[in-house]
Amino acid sequence: MLSFVLRRIGVMILTAFALTFVVFYMTNLPPNLEKLAKSEASVRMDDDAVASWLAENGHTGPVLMRYGEWLGLLPGWTLTAEDGKVTGRCIEDGMDPAAAPTRCGILQGNWGYSTVFKATVSDVLARSLGATGWLMLWVMIVMVPSSLLLGVLSGMREGSRTDRVLSTFAITTTATPEYVSGVILIALLASATAGISPILAEAGWIEGKTLFPGTATSAMDDITFWNFFLPVMTIALYGIGYIARMTRASMTEVMTQQYIRTARLKGVAFRDVVMKHALRNALIAPFTVIMLQFPWLLNGVVIVETLFNYKGFGWTLVQAAGNNDIDTLLACSVVAVFVVLVTQLISDIGYVFLNPRIRLA
Amino acid sequence: MEDALSWGSILARIAAQLLPVWVGLIAVFALSIQFKRRLGLYGRIFDSPVGMTGFGLVMFWVFTAIFADWIITHDPLGQLSGMKNIVPGSPLADPVEGAYPYYLLGGDHLARDVFSRVVMGAREVLKIAPAATVVAFMVGITLGLPAGYFGGKLDSSLSFLSNLVLAFPVILLFYLLVTPEIRVTGIPIVLAALLFIFPVIFLTILFNSRFFTNPAKRNLYVGLTLLFGLWAYSGLAFNADPLGVWSMDPNMLNVFVSVVFVNSPGVFRIVRGMVMDIKTRDYVAAGQTRGEGPWYIMLWEILPNARGPLIVDFCLRIGYTTILLGTLGFFGLGVTPESPDWGSTINYGRRLLAIAPHPAVVPAVALMSLVLGLNLLADGLREESMKD
Repeated sequence: MLSFVLRRIGVMILTAFALTFVVFYMTNLPPNLEKLAKSEASVRMDDDAVASWLAENGHTGPVLMRYGEWLGLLPGWTLTAEDGKVTGRCIEDGMDPAAAPTRCGILQGNWGYSTVFKATVSDVLARSLGATGWLMLWVMIVMVPSSLLLGVLSGMREGSRTDRVLSTFAITTTATPEYVSGVILIALLASATAGISPILAEAGWIEGKTLFPGTATSAMDDITFWNFFLPVMTIALYGIGYIARMTRASMTEVMTQQYIRTARLKGVAFRDVVMKHALRNALIAPFTVIMLQFPWLLNGVVIVETLFNYKGFGWTLVQAAGNNDIDTLLACSVVAVFVVLVTQLISDIGYVFLNPRIRLA
Repeated sequence: MEDALSWGSILARIAAQLLPVWVGLIAVFALSIQFKRRLGLYGRIFDSPVGMTGFGLVMFWVFTAIFADWIITHDPLGQLSGMKNIVPGSPLADPVEGAYPYYLLGGDHLARDVFSRVVMGAREVLKIAPAATVVAFMVGITLGLPAGYFGGKLDSSLSFLSNLVLAFPVILLFYLLVTPEIRVTGIPIVLAALLFIFPVIFLTILFNSRFFTNPAKRNLYVGLTLLFGLWAYSGLAFNADPLGVWSMDPNMLNVFVSVVFVNSPGVFRIVRGMVMDIKTRDYVAAGQTRGEGPWYIMLWEILPNARGPLIVDFCLRIGYTTILLGTLGFFGLGVTPESPDWGSTINYGRRLLAIAPHPAVVPAVALMSLVLGLNLLADGLREESMKD
């Protein structure tokens, strides 16, 4: 077991290095750097000026070396100008070059400076991850119980009418990506001209023009049912269908097992068969699926935060990518890669713990 | 000025406009149900109501894409004055002789006809999604077969690479891969050169392993494959087709390559897993004892026996690709602003959702119904192929 976990962690670290290097390489391609130089210094620079700006700001070394500097494994670059002034990656304005640390990368906690948000990347990340954390928490609270319930209900009697209805619902939600369900939900519930809001407003049942607000910006300060319902439902709906289908498949398989039949023939009530004999075994497979759902949630978060203008992690990523904010984009991808890899690890290890039949070499 | 149409007459007019689609659907269903016993797995779709519904939805959009030129009521890029964000069923503000007198599903933020744009959008989506899925399958199969069959170092390194791509959040990858800047660096062309060679390799090995005992036939098939394959390859990947038949818009190439790149590791994993299962069967051992080559066993004995799950996955994956294309459009990546594809139409429509929801809702429902159709079709196929 221990060697399995260690090997998995080893592969994970290797993957993390490879992925971050790819992102670093792609964000530091020459055209991107040129754009950065023009946006930071002056739009009307000619090619020579761009080249010298890049050289002065340490963007010219070999990619691997710059990657090492960014990680904090290699010492940061320093440059002595003609007038004797020393600048460098780790030397802030007005700092004594001798006192500056030699290495300053993300391993030392230096994530860089965001050119879009005009703040250090760690501040930007902390704020946006906090916002997204609340969103994810509520999505999980809504998604996991309801999808497991749906899956178990439809899987316990395969082919029944309940099963047909619930399966149709599940397959419909899996066919509805977030940008579609979000748009439909807004049109139904948060539009002044369509859906149910005009009817409710006319009847005097709601105070404003719409039942739900069409954005979740106000949820940044104060989360309420009204401003959080639509974004949470939009993300959760897509996942509900998928997890419910997995749970259903696993439940139907368990229900055909010998021990279920034995329990039924013994005269145990159907309720008790489901609750005591089938449920635990049926929930092993969905556990993995739920964990592997996290990377998907990340996608959903990006779309939903853009759609509802909720300034969390996804929104930050889109802003950073759209405005060539290299440091922020790199930091966002580190977080995303980290989330994906950790959930994969947890799902692997959790699977082994839940399922005693699996033995690892 | 005439009154706006009621919803009933809007639907009736849309149905009338879609006439070629209905004719096509009825023809396909009548023929297929008539001969369903002779059509193998395809015919058995018509035994399951779920599969039939899915097939119907998919074919509806396929026919819509094919007959799009006859169905549309207005030029999908044409802007008519006074029709901005107008509600569905509105008559034209200043009717022109010969022009269709209504905007059936309203106008968008640039006063274009939503109905015609959705119909044309179907063509955009169905042009890319199936083709990208086919290429992704060829890449996945060509790499997955040897990885599962030989195992060892080859398997571990290919699996590591595929896990690498799978661990990448899709949206981040798109933001890195589909930008105007990246085209300057030539990375899409490198990726295209890498990915588009796989169909050629796949078909070459396929025919070579089957007919290498019969050189005349082998030379014919392999020669034809290489001729056409490399011809198309030079045009599509490098835009260097000497005859100028095959070419791809750089924007489109970028989108296409990224979608294939994201999809192929998934296919690789499925194929690899199935090969590892099937290669323990007796008929594979029998083939090995007879002295059949590894590629013959992989391509002509293992692959046909893995077709059921692969066909199901193919349907699901076209749906997934459609969702991905929509995501790209939604973030405005790799598409031209006037493109009628569903994703970018939703993107432009969503900004005005509170006032005029129809420009976003119509393509949203269209995209949902196509993906739903593909999922239902996959479900039906899975059920029917399980009965074997």
